[in-house]
Amino acid sequence: MATGPVKRSFAPWEDPDAKAFIRFDNITKRFGEFTAVDDLSLDIYEREFFALLGPSGCGKTTLLRMLAGFEKPSEGRVFLDGHDITDVPPHRRPVNMMFQSYALFPHMSVEKNIAFGLKQDRMPKGEIADRVAEMLKLVKLEAFARRRPDQLSGGQRQRVALARSLAKRPKVLLLDEPLGALDKKLRGETQFELMDLQMELGLTFVIVTHDQEEAMTVSDRIAVMNEGRLVQVSTPAVIYETPGSRYVAGFIGDVNFLEATVVTAEDDRFELTSDKWATRIVATAGDHRAEPGETAWLSIRPEKMRISLDQPEDTSVNCVPGEVWDVAYLGDISIYHVKLDSGEIVKSSVTNLTRLVERPITWDDRVWLSWPRDAGVVLTR
Amino acid sequence: MNGFSTSRAGRLIVRLLPYAWLLVFFLLPFLIVFKISLSQVTLAIPPYMPTFDLVGGISGLMDSVRQLSFENYAFLFSDRLYVLSYLSSLQIAGISTLLVLMIGYPIAYGMARSPRAWRPTLLMLVILPFWTSFLIRVYAWIGILSREGLLNNFLMSTGIIDAPLTILSTNIAVYIGIVYSYLPFMVLPLYASLERMDESLLEAANDLGCPPPKTFWVITVPLSLPGIVAGCFLVFIPAVGEFVIPDLLGGSQTLMIGRTLWAEFFNNRDWPLSSAVAVILLLILVIPIMIFQNMQQRQQEKNS
Repeated sequence: MATGPVKRSFAPWEDPDAKAFIRFDNITKRFGEFTAVDDLSLDIYEREFFALLGPSGCGKTTLLRMLAGFEKPSEGRVFLDGHDITDVPPHRRPVNMMFQSYALFPHMSVEKNIAFGLKQDRMPKGEIADRVAEMLKLVKLEAFARRRPDQLSGGQRQRVALARSLAKRPKVLLLDEPLGALDKKLRGETQFELMDLQMELGLTFVIVTHDQEEAMTVSDRIAVMNEGRLVQVSTPAVIYETPGSRYVAGFIGDVNFLEATVVTAEDDRFELTSDKWATRIVATAGDHRAEPGETAWLSIRPEKMRISLDQPEDTSVNCVPGEVWDVAYLGDISIYHVKLDSGEIVKSSVTNLTRLVERPITWDDRVWLSWPRDAGVVLTR
Repeated sequence: MNGFSTSRAGRLIVRLLPYAWLLVFFLLPFLIVFKISLSQVTLAIPPYMPTFDLVGGISGLMDSVRQLSFENYAFLFSDRLYVLSYLSSLQIAGISTLLVLMIGYPIAYGMARSPRAWRPTLLMLVILPFWTSFLIRVYAWIGILSREGLLNNFLMSTGIIDAPLTILSTNIAVYIGIVYSYLPFMVLPLYASLERMDESLLEAANDLGCPPPKTFWVITVPLSLPGIVAGCFLVFIPAVGEFVIPDLLGGSQTLMIGRTLWAEFFNNRDWPLSSAVAVILLLILVIPIMIFQNMQQRQQEKNS
């Protein structure tokens, strides 16, 4: 079982000696002419909560289904805990899946649904009853044991599906858009429950989702996928703060891109210029493939752009003027759409720290946007 | 204006329509048949008495009612022919239903799992035989099954058999005829229930350690049970009373209640007795179905 708060220092992917628990080795999957997964290799470690994130059709579900055994890779091998499981049929894999549709057996009670997998293993009756009771307690559905799935709410069904897929204590739990059918509030609560459960049980979870917020909340690492390939695999914080490409930056969270020309690209100093602005753009992080003279983008999150009515003292670095084009008041934050003098529209978000109803900055105000050197990332792709 | 009242009247008519239909086309004819079954045979037109009319006034009508009796029913059960006919019909219909289920299930399953684009065509092919007359299709089987028929010719030309098989005019021909004719009635409800089934249920069962053949028995079959029940009723009920198939394909030893009824009605012109045969047949079929539906309803209430 879990040994206390191992989570904080949990980063086996940084340990060169750590052995992969799940390994996708040069996997390609074709459906007729369509290539769903394209020569993909990926290591997932034991006890990791791993998210596959991407738009629909990016191959994330195919990858998950290959782990469950429902799809066979056209090329490449899949390993689990050191064993090649590529040719093992789904019913012999120590892996269980929670389906997007939940796939609860409609002709069986909650109890029987949860016991189904245990019965297949010919577990003694008494043990099955104990395990079912334990699972029902885990998902807080003790009172609903004898109900049938059609007599449950969506949230309850989701819990039954979770209990059923955990009942056999699989080595890996696969979750295919597990919270997609829940409303936003319930989804948020369930995300935290999933995290707690994963830590408590000490299992490896692989989740497929198209919801970037969900992936950020629950997972240790995220693999961002596009068109059958991995675009970036890293922790939520790294993906958010140091995206490797404009695709990743745009897929996770809100972002502004300022297009300019590279002047210098050194280890921790990137400088861009453009005729559009009087200011120089300087950043401490970026893509080392950047070459002077080529086009690049400063990727910067709206919350890292300071907006002010007064002109800052130094406007020569990271400072552009503009006009407020639109204001979105969301309660906790306000988002300003600023039309720069160069024509681009840039977003800046401000946390509303006071209860002022009249915001000091409003439509058509002349404003200055500025940001520190370590706020943005220079991207070349 | 009076939109409210017309819509209410409209709704009432819609609700009463099926009852009115059943009353006019089922209950009234049934009562007439039932009344005839209580009458006695006579040489007249119609060939039974008493007939109800108001010529003799109320007392005459009461007189007529007093002449009705259950004699025909008593006779029916005293003669082995009728009892044997019923039992043999139930047996032939029962075995045929099982055969149709065994052949129809794989067909329906294959259709439900075929690519979505093919399904309308496959469905069409199942219904296609209805475009020719039932009678012609059964006649065609005579040409296939007779001693000089297509089947025997084929088997002899390929050297599988030396002498022609006698299939026509046996119970085997009757089974073939019933299975062929009623197959669509089994396939359609089965297809409907299998096609609705969520394929991820099968994957979930596999995922939980259930191998595919077992998954079929513990997931697919229970979930298609409504289709199985509907299909079996649709085949069994008409097959019990079937007349054309045993008459054309069966032999003299093929005993089925439809044939007995026909002989009683047209050859012996004994309308009262044949009406009694029909009434008993109806009871034999309706009572088990009612018990079954009652049981199902109770099962559902228990679950909820």
